[in-house]
Amino acid sequence: MADKINLIIDGIEVSVEKGKSILDAAKQIDIRIPTLCHHEDLCVAGNCRVCVVEQEGRNNLIPSCATPAENGMKIKTSTPKIRRARKDIMALLVSEHNTQCTTCYRSTNCELQDLAAEYNVDNNVYLSVLKPNLKIDKSSWSIEKDDSKCIRCQRCVRTCAELQHVNALAVTERGSEMKISTFMHLPMNEIVCTNCGQCITHCPTGALTERRYYDEIWEAIDNPEKHVVINTAPSVRVALGEMLGYPAGTRVTGKMVTALKKMGFDSVLDTDFTADLTIMEEGTELLTRLKEVLVDKKDIALPMITSCSPGWVKFIEHMYPEHLAHLSTCKSPQQMFGALAKTYYAEQKGIDPKNIVSVAGMPCAAKKYEANRSEMRDSGYQDVDAGLTTREIGHMIKQAGLDFPELEDGDFDSIMGESTGAGVIFGATGGVMEAALRTAYFLITGRPVPFDNLNITPVRGLEGIKETSIKFENCLPEFSFLEGVEAKFAIAHGLINARKIMDQIADGKSPYHFIEIMACPGGCIGGGGQPIPTNDAIRKKRIEAIYAEDMGKPIRMSHENPEIAKIYKEFLGKPLGEKSHHLLHTKYRKRKRY
Amino acid sequence: MLNTKLRKVDIIFSPYSIEPYDILKLTIKKNKEKVIQDIIDSGLRGRGGAGFPTGMKWKFAQQQESKTKYVICNADEGEPGTFKDRKLLVEVPRKVISGMAICAWAVGASKGVIYLRREYRYLINDLNKEIEIYNQNAKEIGLDFSIEIFLGAGAYICGEETALIESMEGKRGEPRNKPPYPIQKGYLGFPTIVNNVETFASATMVCRIGSDEYKKLGTDDQKGSKLFSISGDSPKEGVHELELGMTLKQFVDEFGDGDTKAVQIGGVAGFCVPRKQFDTAIIGEGNTTGGSTMIFNSSRSMYHVLHNYLDFYAEESCGQCTPCRIGTQQLLKGIEAVKSGIRPASYLDQLIKLAETMQITSKCGLGQSVTNSFTSIVKNFREEMIY
Repeated sequence: MADKINLIIDGIEVSVEKGKSILDAAKQIDIRIPTLCHHEDLCVAGNCRVCVVEQEGRNNLIPSCATPAENGMKIKTSTPKIRRARKDIMALLVSEHNTQCTTCYRSTNCELQDLAAEYNVDNNVYLSVLKPNLKIDKSSWSIEKDDSKCIRCQRCVRTCAELQHVNALAVTERGSEMKISTFMHLPMNEIVCTNCGQCITHCPTGALTERRYYDEIWEAIDNPEKHVVINTAPSVRVALGEMLGYPAGTRVTGKMVTALKKMGFDSVLDTDFTADLTIMEEGTELLTRLKEVLVDKKDIALPMITSCSPGWVKFIEHMYPEHLAHLSTCKSPQQMFGALAKTYYAEQKGIDPKNIVSVAGMPCAAKKYEANRSEMRDSGYQDVDAGLTTREIGHMIKQAGLDFPELEDGDFDSIMGESTGAGVIFGATGGVMEAALRTAYFLITGRPVPFDNLNITPVRGLEGIKETSIKFENCLPEFSFLEGVEAKFAIAHGLINARKIMDQIADGKSPYHFIEIMACPGGCIGGGGQPIPTNDAIRKKRIEAIYAEDMGKPIRMSHENPEIAKIYKEFLGKPLGEKSHHLLHTKYRKRKRY
Repeated sequence: MLNTKLRKVDIIFSPYSIEPYDILKLTIKKNKEKVIQDIIDSGLRGRGGAGFPTGMKWKFAQQQESKTKYVICNADEGEPGTFKDRKLLVEVPRKVISGMAICAWAVGASKGVIYLRREYRYLINDLNKEIEIYNQNAKEIGLDFSIEIFLGAGAYICGEETALIESMEGKRGEPRNKPPYPIQKGYLGFPTIVNNVETFASATMVCRIGSDEYKKLGTDDQKGSKLFSISGDSPKEGVHELELGMTLKQFVDEFGDGDTKAVQIGGVAGFCVPRKQFDTAIIGEGNTTGGSTMIFNSSRSMYHVLHNYLDFYAEESCGQCTPCRIGTQQLLKGIEAVKSGIRPASYLDQLIKLAETMQITSKCGLGQSVTNSFTSIVKNFREEMIY
């Protein structure tokens, strides 16, 4: 075929598609070439120079990641010349690096550390050129930036630009002063950063990490006066295993619950419960908006867009502040949970809410920021005291000395521990949409959504923007205004796709009624608080696990969750009612673009 | 025939013949392929320093199928010790512009840019007047090629052609991965020829005197004449046009102050030749051709010379690739450590190896060429480097 390129790598003939790199070609024949600046989610940079290889007929080595394969190339990937060069480059990177690995959060999960060990780099070959007095930027609630551990691979810069289109991080200065910084070198909490944390999961070292709260949590657990509750998000249970030696896509729900109980949490509850609650509130909000537009002919913003993802919320606040009316007023499941933990839960359990410490176990970095938003105090206290990432929970399980694989499966506590499959799939892109449609269709027509096994497959998968539509027929009397209406839906994940959706709205050309947006590629299962590495292969496995978890649930529609019925009966009244409005809904603020 | 004499020539700065742009007007009546072949036959190579055969670059660009092509004149003259391009732009701008126009006509480009070093911004008014005159002439002869000036921001690295293009696109001046080369995908993704100021002026002169005449000058390796920016310990500092091929001894006899200890050929990216090699070193054979020649007499400390170079490199590296960003710092700190006795003299050998790694792994010419000056100075003046 004309489009195939034939070359020889280490004596083996290999045929690849035109445009593939030497690195791709080598991978195809299972030859591993070390890389640092390369990440499969991102465009090629070719700046770390670790992946250099030898091409016959050339004196200079060439970067295999950045060099397209060409017909007739003869490549060697492991020669004394290459090994010397790679070792030298590693020694240079180490000489610029804060090598206090023993104190580093990313120790044993660091690409620089791995390669330095692999090439047996002597720390003392070169003089240290690490800049003295570098301060860690701890200004953000979510992200810590430690320049002393930065290797200038620019993966974070490319992540922030290409995946998220936020451009909060950029290269500044040059030569020996070159570094990754922010607009005007402002601290991380004063820039357009959405706290999505994708820079963290794409950082090869410990230069970017989440701000960690586990010491405070341990302290609260040890304090007998405090009642510490934790709720864990759906995508934590399908990824936590990766922190503890399991392959990607392993569901460890039961062991996770047992571990958290053994660690001393007074109550281990499920964010999926408030995910179900979100469906009730957000679904009702959508139907109300549709009615106001279609029947009352009011000027209400459509499409309505989900508001579960705090990275996405901050993105729209910065980038499209004039379109905030499109956001659902629903709080995210985490914040609903927090508000209820210190009201409903406290009431039911007879605990003084001031003694409740509410912790959220999240796949997310932005959740930490969200917990600290000043408007999130509707219970009279800070609704959520701390957000932990999946990674932090993994570390805490190790710190607790638990033999995780040997743990028995446990069950979530009650109340607020019961959930449905609809709540579980919130963790994957398209999940909120699917859960909403399962319930909305049923409420509107009295029949289950017309898909096999309730599986609305068009909204699933890793395509950046997905669309679907559903025509409502034979509606129940109270929803007769929707009779014959073909409702259009879109799902976007990764903020660059969110931008495409928003540009359409800004141009007045959005054909949709309801849109789900998640800040992170793949949705929460690919969140900024998830185990590292995260890539498409791993995202797919976590997504499979999410849907498997859904299929395993006896109840798979949010409105059928018995605890949901209970909370409306005993506490909230009805969706969008006064109490809901006070505790479960919020306002947004306009922010500047820089 | 091989030239072995020091011969001053006067081609590039010779007065305009007959009227403005007559060479351009005559040339574009010819066959395009023939003109490009003429440039190839002349043996003219890039005068910026890398020395790529000019005619071949034009031919490759001509072969690219694209409605839009760019011709960029690289006037980001930043190599330490070079100032010939400025003189060309001041004294014979029409030869430079003619060269750009001939190139554009031959390869099928309609847009041209002079990328002017920021420090030369005082030339803008005069250059714009020249561009006006050119535009009138272009209109008269029906040549669809317009020229603009783009002002650089003052970075050495932007003399590297892909960094220059990035900077023109409003991005950080960082070299790109190659391939694709600018003639394939350059400014805004279109095929782009980037040539040095002197290259364009020389191309004009090839068109005027013909490749047969032109290639009579120079050596087998390097044809024609070349402008030399001569500085340092010389009573005859300035720009001189010389035929390529003289030995360094002849050069030093002419331009030195009688006490020359070393000559830096080709700027800091080039080589430092010590006195004992003056007889055998031939300018234009196997060394870079930017034309910067810095003459040092025996009062100079080669440690300080090298320190100055490395300081420059560590600051002017764009910083993106590991070997260049950290390597330049290590070389600088390394010679300081040896000079002050913190590291033994043998550490210099480690640094020479490092410079070799930088040469074979750096992304662009900056990091790749550090080894030239570093190794030639450390090897030839080792005693000056140690404690």
